[in-house]
Amino acid sequence: MSVVEGALSPEHALGDAASVPLSLRGPAPTRVVAGFGFWLFLLSDILIFAALFAAYAVLSGETAGGPTGAQLFETRHVFIETACLLASSVTCGFGSLAVQRTDRSSTYFWMAVTFVLGATFLRLEASEFTSMVASGAGPSHSAFLSAFFALVGTHGLHVTVGLAWLVVMLLQVATLGFQPMVTRRFFCFALFWHALDIVWVGVFTIVYLGAH
Amino acid sequence: MEAPSQAQGSAPGVEVQTHGSRRTYLIGLAYAVVLTVASFWAASTDLVYAPGVPILLGVFAIAQMGVHLVFFLHISSAPDQANNFLALAFGIFVVALIVFGSLIIMGNLNHGMMPMERLMQMQP
Amino acid sequence: MFGRLTWAAIPFDQPIVIVTSGVVGAMLAAILLLVTVKGWWPYLWREWLTSVDHKRIGVMYMVLGLVMLVRGFSDAIMMRSQQALAVAGAAGYLPPEHYDQIFSAHGTIMIFFVAMPFVLGLMNFAVPLQLGVRDVAFPVLNSVSFWLTASGVLLVNLSLFVGEFARTGWLAYPPLSELAYSPGVGVDYYLWSLQISGLGTLLSGINLTTTILKLRAPGMGYSRMPIFCWTALASNLLIVAAFPVLTATFAMLLLDRYCDFHFFTTELGGNPMMYVNLIWIWGHPEVYILILPAFGVFSEVVATFSGKPLFGYRSMVVATMAICVLSFLVWLHHFFTMGAGADVNGFFGIATMIIAVPTGVKIFNWLFTLYGGKIRFSVPIYWTLGFMVTFVIGGMTGVMMAIPPADFVLHNSLFLIAHFHNTAIGGVVFGAMAGYTYWFPKAFGFKLNERLGKAVFWCWFIGFYLAFMPLYALGLMGATRRMQHYSNPEWQPFMLVALAGAVFILLGILLTVVQLVVSIRTRNQNRDLTGDPWNGRTLEWSIPSPPPAWNFALLPQVERTDAFWMAKQRPAALHESGAPKTYTSLHLPRSNPTGVLLAFCGTVLGFALIWRIWWLAALGLFGAILVALVQAWRTDQEILVPAAEVEAFERTSASRRSFA
Repeated sequence: MSVVEGALSPEHALGDAASVPLSLRGPAPTRVVAGFGFWLFLLSDILIFAALFAAYAVLSGETAGGPTGAQLFETRHVFIETACLLASSVTCGFGSLAVQRTDRSSTYFWMAVTFVLGATFLRLEASEFTSMVASGAGPSHSAFLSAFFALVGTHGLHVTVGLAWLVVMLLQVATLGFQPMVTRRFFCFALFWHALDIVWVGVFTIVYLGAH
Repeated sequence: MEAPSQAQGSAPGVEVQTHGSRRTYLIGLAYAVVLTVASFWAASTDLVYAPGVPILLGVFAIAQMGVHLVFFLHISSAPDQANNFLALAFGIFVVALIVFGSLIIMGNLNHGMMPMERLMQMQP
Repeated sequence: MFGRLTWAAIPFDQPIVIVTSGVVGAMLAAILLLVTVKGWWPYLWREWLTSVDHKRIGVMYMVLGLVMLVRGFSDAIMMRSQQALAVAGAAGYLPPEHYDQIFSAHGTIMIFFVAMPFVLGLMNFAVPLQLGVRDVAFPVLNSVSFWLTASGVLLVNLSLFVGEFARTGWLAYPPLSELAYSPGVGVDYYLWSLQISGLGTLLSGINLTTTILKLRAPGMGYSRMPIFCWTALASNLLIVAAFPVLTATFAMLLLDRYCDFHFFTTELGGNPMMYVNLIWIWGHPEVYILILPAFGVFSEVVATFSGKPLFGYRSMVVATMAICVLSFLVWLHHFFTMGAGADVNGFFGIATMIIAVPTGVKIFNWLFTLYGGKIRFSVPIYWTLGFMVTFVIGGMTGVMMAIPPADFVLHNSLFLIAHFHNTAIGGVVFGAMAGYTYWFPKAFGFKLNERLGKAVFWCWFIGFYLAFMPLYALGLMGATRRMQHYSNPEWQPFMLVALAGAVFILLGILLTVVQLVVSIRTRNQNRDLTGDPWNGRTLEWSIPSPPPAWNFALLPQVERTDAFWMAKQRPAALHESGAPKTYTSLHLPRSNPTGVLLAFCGTVLGFALIWRIWWLAALGLFGAILVALVQAWRTDQEILVPAAEVEAFERTSASRRSFA
């Protein structure tokens, strides 16, 4: 706890900025406030995944006589999906550096690459889902499959929302330019995208590689 | 860019030295690729003692999440990141509670009770 | 075309429901007519419905809570009268399927739509003022949060007239809440209204946490924050960490019900116990989400009305944050009897007893604050003292039930009901009433009637003991919760006393309304011209009542805890000393209809999903996205208040204060 942090002598005055502890400097600038608020939102989002992971972990053995994870999952497929997301995290990082430099063409380029990689990931995931459902291993088949589709599907839904958001952000750059409001949002988008990658690390480790 | 330390801390994800952060992303990518490949290798190889595989996978996954946090989300324990860091720590604490708490509790319940389907068959 | 919605959804055959709906509908129509005839719509729309001012939003939360208190209480008194009647051969007047809806609605409404709005309302109103800042971190989001809560309220109330409400109890345990056993729309009403309002609560939690951690007046370090802000911080951190779990759990149940998933079903490997486990991971922190801000209110009230600084500020902060963390370690005590082994039950039993320690620390801090103080016996201190006595009893019975073997006897009995009403009424409701009385003059510029306030307190206080002490006894005698009928005539006298208690509480609620009306009519005698009616200690009392839209024309410089009290000890520093103040133009957030419109689309979406009217659901979703996009392109989010206007206001209010 940071209880002791502000415990300073009462006669402490606001002198030169450097000597004043952070917590005493008054309201933070909008960029910091927005960033921190979004950070909290991301943490809450991670907790939704935590509940889904818990449900998956508890129910993953409940196949009700149906197929198990080891029988269903293709490691090669997952590896390509992982590669797409990992690469998109870096291109998204380059994109946000371009946003910081207010470099329009570079922003468009890196964010378009990010979009393509994200869309490829979604396509791969969709083909996996449809082939599973077609082979009779849909979410209604067992508790294990319910938990699988809900967990991986929620991640996929987040990627979908992320792609839509990315399109909106590109349109905002095109129409509004690099206003502080727009760069702030871009910045939150990048956080969101990187966070999805972290969730995916959990997904491929626990769901796919940990399948038994 | 504003000064690195500002009122009430920095936003998460802000890389303070703007130059060279492209390098940060690339270093992060290198670590992440190595860890990902290692995970996939560990899951498929016979070289590792089988019961140790889940532990190894867990170690790789946690390491990779750390890499992502540090190199992509730029989280550090610097003073101006105190809020971000504490919020993250609280979040990890709760995530761990939810996942491991549920596993322990549900394992305990399943151990002590007969399977639900048989229980339901006993209902009049 | 209309999914499952047909004329049969309207319960024409149930006279109680139809009459109630008729009365509510007539009242609503009368209010709308009055507003229309008087031409108040533009004012309401501009100043309240689209307002993004945290003070206005706080007030609207309180109004919402008060209205829903009436709704939730009508359910309560119906249950009490049913139980007073339905013994042995008598059937009472409520059929079981209706009674089941009533107790489910009572619990759901009281927790989500009474206690939460009260607590959020007080935090919204007071936190930015205490921190010495001009608004919360995200004003528009704040309005969205409020309106999403209102949307949930609307859906719950709609279930009274169109369709039915859940018959599953307030937490809708599966397998009963699964489609196989609850095929009607009741559980869907429950789930969607709580999903929508839960999203609002989560956003509100993010907003207030960010506000407290990132927006404080210069010099207000963590150790100088008022205790109410600390408890609000803990409470909102818990919201951020716990509400996502609720959302995820409900989402899983919704998938079970709508898409034939098998998370919690009794077939194909589903596990209903997992739902119970997950819902209480949210449920126990929720208890502290509600009670911690109440603790904060009592801390402020005790210090103010004793004229002393709070005893043990640091221990209070540590206790609050300890509760914040520990509250995540006790959830299993809600299902000791579900079949876990002695080791797991033992761990959670001990953790539950440990969490009573920081709460005990707080009680002693309040006692030592009162000790040696010059206590002014005004209404807020009545509520506080009533709380301290009542809450200790509730806490003790809680620790009793923390012992797993004892819980096996008391689980699901009326003893449990008495326990949590003991803490919820004695803690949260008393805290909300104390906060309401305490900050009312700040919000409106005049005090509430003191005599009626005391009458309200005594009604609630006596009513609580009459209503719930018999329930402790009944629980020990073996009476279970949620009984529509019982056969043991020995229980009836206790039930009658409990009904009498409910009547006292009814009187208390009626007197609250009377108090409000009387206080408004006699407001000129009770004006608060000083801005500091209670001789307060924290920054909100340093500004005029009601505060201007910008709260603080100049951000205060904080040097100690109890910043305003310290300033008052050096009056020279307070009043026009040194250089004249130079005011600057202020940027304020502009009123914004996004919240209302989003909630409207959310209500449409929720209603359509409940009745499975897919085209309407698509329309609602599309509308919500459209509203969000329009908001994303809005660039005129701020208005500029010129320095002259700020200065004029501050000068008149200063001169008014020096006359007072």
